[in-house]
Amino acid sequence: MNLILLFISAALVNNIILTRFLGICPFLGVSRSKSSAIGMSIAVIFVMTIAGVITWLLNQILIMLGVEFLRTIVFILVIAVLVQFVEFFIKKSSPALYEALGIYLPLITTNCAILGIALLNIQTNYTFIESVVNSFASGLGFSLALIIFSSIREKMQLNNVPKPFQGTALALITAGLLSMAFMGFSGLVKL
Amino acid sequence: MADLKNFTNGLIKNNPVFVQVLGMCPTLATTTSAENGLGMGIATLSVLTMSNIVISLIRKIVPKKIRIPIYIVVIASFVTMIDLIMHGLTYELWQTLGIFIPLIVVNCIIMGRAESFASKNGVVDSILDALGIGLGFTGALVLLGSVRELLGNGTIFGFPIWGEAINLYLFILPPGAFITLGLLLGMFNSIGINRENKKKKAGAKK
Repeated sequence: MNLILLFISAALVNNIILTRFLGICPFLGVSRSKSSAIGMSIAVIFVMTIAGVITWLLNQILIMLGVEFLRTIVFILVIAVLVQFVEFFIKKSSPALYEALGIYLPLITTNCAILGIALLNIQTNYTFIESVVNSFASGLGFSLALIIFSSIREKMQLNNVPKPFQGTALALITAGLLSMAFMGFSGLVKL
Repeated sequence: MADLKNFTNGLIKNNPVFVQVLGMCPTLATTTSAENGLGMGIATLSVLTMSNIVISLIRKIVPKKIRIPIYIVVIASFVTMIDLIMHGLTYELWQTLGIFIPLIVVNCIIMGRAESFASKNGVVDSILDALGIGLGFTGALVLLGSVRELLGNGTIFGFPIWGEAINLYLFILPPGAFITLGLLLGMFNSIGINRENKKKKAGAKK
């Protein structure tokens, strides 16, 4: 039961983009068309879940060795290596998926959402299962926000926007309105 | 040769937030008040300056193919240092900024300056560049933080500006961050467009 609440909380109430402000760069960068948003979403869910598992296990080793202060360095390197590894693996095992994810995988290394969720899992002292659920649900929340946002932006391309607000400025205001909509979920779950 | 232009470039003309639109996550997340924005700005400024110095010093030894992981290690080391220093000196600020201090590692501004400037220029120029970009970032964060704090809480840096009568708490909440930044960005764009139009008119008269 707790895990279901955690899932809803991570995906909707504390949406990773709209309330936690993690992963804004891909949110603004690849949201011009829906197809690229979907590609990015799948790649993020995939990597975020794996990264959540591996960083949690790694943190146990760091604690065992008594070098927790190295966490940031180790995590970012592991995520960079992991992304490379996942890329190799997908390339060999399923070329179709590789085609779809292609350019989005390398971009993920610098996506602060992955490192952010890995660190949040540790900071909130989640157990292993909770970390996995949290990572996966956060990835889903990311996808939900990104796909809704890209659909809105696709429609907006046809509109006549005042020149100073074209591009990022209007995108940010739209994101603000979307974030307001997601605020409606707060109070849905209390952990 | 050291060139002061490297310093002024980042402040306004190439401001990392309002012109290049980089480093959005900390910009949006930590500007709930002017003070928090200032703290985040200074932390980023310090990491950027130190990483630019080191990367500029080692730029001739680093093999091209593995430069990115090396830059990441350099940046991550300085971020860890800042994290520990802030934990010791400014514990309250450290708690409010929370996860966004370790996340300086993935701030694209720092990696961007390492790759596009420090890896190609001398130490003095790199320091000037880091200070310019860092101060430009800090200024943008303080501006955004001040606007949000003023609209949401009626204060700037904790000093009351007007009473509590017209506070819109929304501006401190997440949607306020997006909307304020969007409006500020639009404002700066329109100033830029006006200036260009004036230049064109002046040119036409001549």
